Amino acid sequence: MPILEGQDVTKYFGGLTAVSHVDFYVNQGEIVGLIGPNGAGKTTLFNLISAALSISAGEIRFKEQKLNGLKPHQICKKGVSRTFQETKVFGNMSVLQNVLVGAFFGSPNRVSGADAAREATQAVDFVGLSAMSATPIQDLTLVNQKRVEVARALATRPELLLLDELMAGLNSTEVSEAMELVTRIRDTGITIFMVEHVMKAIMGICERIMVLHHGEKIAEGTPREIAANKKVIEIYLGEETYAGS
Amino acid sequence: MIDRVLQLIITGILAGGIYGLLAMGLSLQYGVCRVLNITHGEFVMLAGVLTYTISTSLGINPLVAAAITGPLMFVLGFLLHITLFRGLKTRTPSPAVFEGSALLVAFGVMYVILYLGKIGWGGLPMPIYYLNKTLHFAGMTFFLNQIIAFAIAVAIGVGIYVFLSRSRLGRAIRATAEDPATAGLMGVNVNLILAFSFGLGAFLAGIAGPLSAMISPPKTSMGFSNTVIALIVVVLGGLGSVPGSFIAGIIIGIVSFLVIGLWEPVLTVPVYYAILMILLLVRPAGLLGKK
Amino acid sequence: MDITRFISTHKKSLLVAFLVLLLIFLTTFPLYGGVYHVRVLIAVLTFVILAASWAMFSGSTGYMSLAPAAFFGLGIYTMCVLEKELPFLIIIVIGGLVAFAFALLVGLVTLRLKGMYFAIFTFGLVVFMSELINYLEVALTGTHGWHITPLGNTTIFYTMLILAVVTVLAIYFIRRSRLGLAMNSIGGNEDAAEHMGINTTRVKVLTFAISSMFMGAAGVITAPILIYVNSSIAFSTYYSFMPILMAVFGGMAYLYGPIIGAVVFAYLERIVRNEFPDYFMIGFGIILVVVILFLPNGLVGLVPELRGKLGGVIAKLRKGGQAEPHANT
Repeated sequence: MPILEGQDVTKYFGGLTAVSHVDFYVNQGEIVGLIGPNGAGKTTLFNLISAALSISAGEIRFKEQKLNGLKPHQICKKGVSRTFQETKVFGNMSVLQNVLVGAFFGSPNRVSGADAAREATQAVDFVGLSAMSATPIQDLTLVNQKRVEVARALATRPELLLLDELMAGLNSTEVSEAMELVTRIRDTGITIFMVEHVMKAIMGICERIMVLHHGEKIAEGTPREIAANKKVIEIYLGEETYAGS
Repeated sequence: MIDRVLQLIITGILAGGIYGLLAMGLSLQYGVCRVLNITHGEFVMLAGVLTYTISTSLGINPLVAAAITGPLMFVLGFLLHITLFRGLKTRTPSPAVFEGSALLVAFGVMYVILYLGKIGWGGLPMPIYYLNKTLHFAGMTFFLNQIIAFAIAVAIGVGIYVFLSRSRLGRAIRATAEDPATAGLMGVNVNLILAFSFGLGAFLAGIAGPLSAMISPPKTSMGFSNTVIALIVVVLGGLGSVPGSFIAGIIIGIVSFLVIGLWEPVLTVPVYYAILMILLLVRPAGLLGKK
Repeated sequence: MDITRFISTHKKSLLVAFLVLLLIFLTTFPLYGGVYHVRVLIAVLTFVILAASWAMFSGSTGYMSLAPAAFFGLGIYTMCVLEKELPFLIIIVIGGLVAFAFALLVGLVTLRLKGMYFAIFTFGLVVFMSELINYLEVALTGTHGWHITPLGNTTIFYTMLILAVVTVLAIYFIRRSRLGLAMNSIGGNEDAAEHMGINTTRVKVLTFAISSMFMGAAGVITAPILIYVNSSIAFSTYYSFMPILMAVFGGMAYLYGPIIGAVVFAYLERIVRNEFPDYFMIGFGIILVVVILFLPNGLVGLVPELRGKLGGVIAKLRKGGQAEPHANT
């Protein structure tokens, strides 16, 4: 049963078509990858789902409910949360406070101080940052700041988590750790939709992959199918991406 | 009655030329440097009172004085940017914080210039009417200087438009306004372009000063209202659009003279604000601004 | 006895003791202070309210309002209009509500949009109010200006003191509340805040309106000091500039930053205004610029830095002195 569905999703920026008539679906409990060259429209699609941008045409449905016209904070409260390509942490707060924001405001009901604190601490533990709870987030490395973003998103108790280039800038070990984190998140019952360039991660943990190019969906399938897909190979020609099938 | 209204409208159109010039300068400074320069009006004031000093002590007319005040304001703006705003940019963690802090810096500078002006030139209006000849046309009265000012303002506006769209420097400025990081990667000296653009905006204020001074006496308190007008014209016309600035300038000019002539001079700013409110509710991008 | 250790373990109770003493000092001040100093203190309290309220919204969300003077002036005029109709205390509340409503309107129009529009709108707002009121008072009453019956210095002092305490307490509790967390996250990263479930427009508008409420109330209390009021006296950009200078200097992200800034500059202003009229404003403008460039967290923001350096100095002194530094009985 698709938890997230998009039909004919389109976005125009003046004369430019960033996303063009894309249909997509994500099933409950899946980890779905979204790949494509730079400028393919991946982050734009995420921005349309989370309502950071307004959709030009088409429809996006979450658990059968139309998301068109809703604001980001409303979508968050419905159960969709995300991280950002350029890490958007709250630079003026500590790690725990960052995550507390998600805990307090991510739920459609009023959350008590005690519950929020518990939720936040759990999320911080989940991503492995309990030792740095009180540290000002400015003092953290990029890797750890990304983890805080994940913890913050988790604290909003999402059913669907959008991860936008979580692995960008990570070294090989960090990528493996991140892959393990993502799998652990899915194992708690959260559906994952992830934009990624790091092929090791995409091929490693995604059950299904969608490929965008110039705003259009050009392929969709299992990692094996995608790795063998001629069109996909063509557009990635010259890039060192995946190590064989 | 009709020719009275017509006269007000045409006078407003003529005044709109200077307003458009003002707005263009501000638009450049915010559009490229992301500094909402609320001292813009004080630069106009400074240019205006300097025009008075220059013309009375050297005996030259305001139009020639503009050739001095224009470049002078350019240098002032350029220096202001490389000392204060560039320094601020390196010390602020994010663009949002930069804009807020830059605004406060501009607020502080505004008071410095304002009071320097007050101390240097006092509070009284300083008449330097130039080209005051009245012209009569179809039962209406106009002043030659209003027409000349309008013509010069439009000429400069066209010049700036051509400069921005055709020249290499102009393209570099537009690229920096669009995306400084990418522009830098493509070989643009971003810091220099930013300071230059800020100076260019100040240059326009430096021209607007003498143009306005030859029509109505400059005084040290004129800065604030000029800034208010510039801000409203920028929003109405749309940030970053040269033709937008002039169209909006003309509209505001017409509105202001109609209000002064038919209603109450003191209500000009409230009327501007009513327009501003409607604009912000309906189309914040302005007439020709990008959405 | 080790002073530094004593201070750190008893920090909270020392702070409370200090505040209680301060309050006692302030409440009894009119008895021995003398008229001049009472008036200065009234000015200090007024600026404490204005600076702290400004910082509550602009310091946390990063949306710079240039319009405190507009709400302050609105309060002054509320007093002018209602002076003969209602008791003073009621007018104070109404002044606050009028400012709240007006700020709500301004916020609903501008805070849905980017910060630039808010700044532009608030910049000319003081002039807008001044001219509109100018027109209305002539149109409705036929004259410019109002004469207000003066109230005794002590009455004004105590009302302003109470308002200041109420304001500071309110800000203290708001900062620790959910609303305060939401405000800070908007200042931290507005996009992210919106995506974590915060209705940023609502938070901004509400906070802006609350902060303006205190400014309006302070205006009501100020009117009887001015005795004669007209639209240019009531709506002066000076009352936008000074609170901002004070809050930035003291530290606009903190509660007591604006308070310290208000005390410093309210006294400073009294001194330099007589010696160097007009020149002192140039100095203040320069100070504002310098502080933003070099001391963006204000004086209070300097404390963690200083504490670190001071701690280092103390440690060095200890090492150089005794062999075994410890507290004895």
